[in-house]
Amino acid sequence: MTQADDAALVARLQAGDQTAYAQLVEDNASRIYRLALRMMGNEEDAEDVLQETFLSAFKAIDKFQSRSSLSTWLYRIASNAALMRLRKKEPVQVSVDEPIERDDGDTLPRQFFDFCCLPEETLLRDEAHEEMKRAVDELPVTLRSVFILRDIEGLSTEETANALDLSISAVKSRLMRARLKLREELSTYFARYGNGAQN
Amino acid sequence: MTSEPAADNHATHDCRRYIDNLSDYADGTLDDDLCRELETHMEHCENCRVVVNTFTKTVTLYHQLPAPEIPNTVRERLYKVLDLREFRPEDDE
Ligand SMILES: [Zn+2]
Repeated sequence: MTQADDAALVARLQAGDQTAYAQLVEDNASRIYRLALRMMGNEEDAEDVLQETFLSAFKAIDKFQSRSSLSTWLYRIASNAALMRLRKKEPVQVSVDEPIERDDGDTLPRQFFDFCCLPEETLLRDEAHEEMKRAVDELPVTLRSVFILRDIEGLSTEETANALDLSISAVKSRLMRARLKLREELSTYFARYGNGAQN
Repeated sequence: MTSEPAADNHATHDCRRYIDNLSDYADGTLDDDLCRELETHMEHCENCRVVVNTFTKTVTLYHQLPAPEIPNTVRERLYKVLDLREFRPEDDE
């Protein structure tokens, strides 16, 4: 969607045009659901976050300012809704302001199995995909949210910073830590196949 | 066996510095000088070579992860909750 399309839709939304509301839903439901599902890890919570996102968006549409695109703005609302829910569920583990710039001993590479040359059918098998999702689910939420927006949803660093209310440097360092952890997990997983366990 | 024992040799000052820049390298946004430096280092440092390659591969694999589709029932319930069923655009896919 171009900026001009966005502006036209925003004008209609702010005028209370129901067709425009439905258009916003049609254009974005799929990606918001995806984000919610990956953040929450289950369909039931994902659906709640999805519904909450659009309900909040409609309430706040008057305050929308075109500094960001509509889709980034929706990502922002959805991320907040997801984080809020996660915090209720796991209040100890989930704090948005958690100072995560700790000693990075936990992200130093330890696994040096080179899985790059494994055959595609091993890398892309369903089980590998399940393992990849599980590894994301297990990331601390501060890293998970950045990773999902940047590497799975394909937002830019700036858009991710905007959606999560983080500085550019925080996005970069969290993304880095997330990727290092996932690399470690995938290496461990694929090492099992590279050592004769292939089937 | 995985090649774990090499881990100790890996934590040299240089290697650490390259690891800090891995994300930029994988995204293709690392500045040219550092990029060349890293690639030269990789020729001599097996561990960094593996880490860089698997790091980049990890990012690529996640970029290719199939996206889950929103189930129709979920979409329908969303329109219902929002009270927008009659305004739903024609399905043109
Ligand atoms: Zn090295």
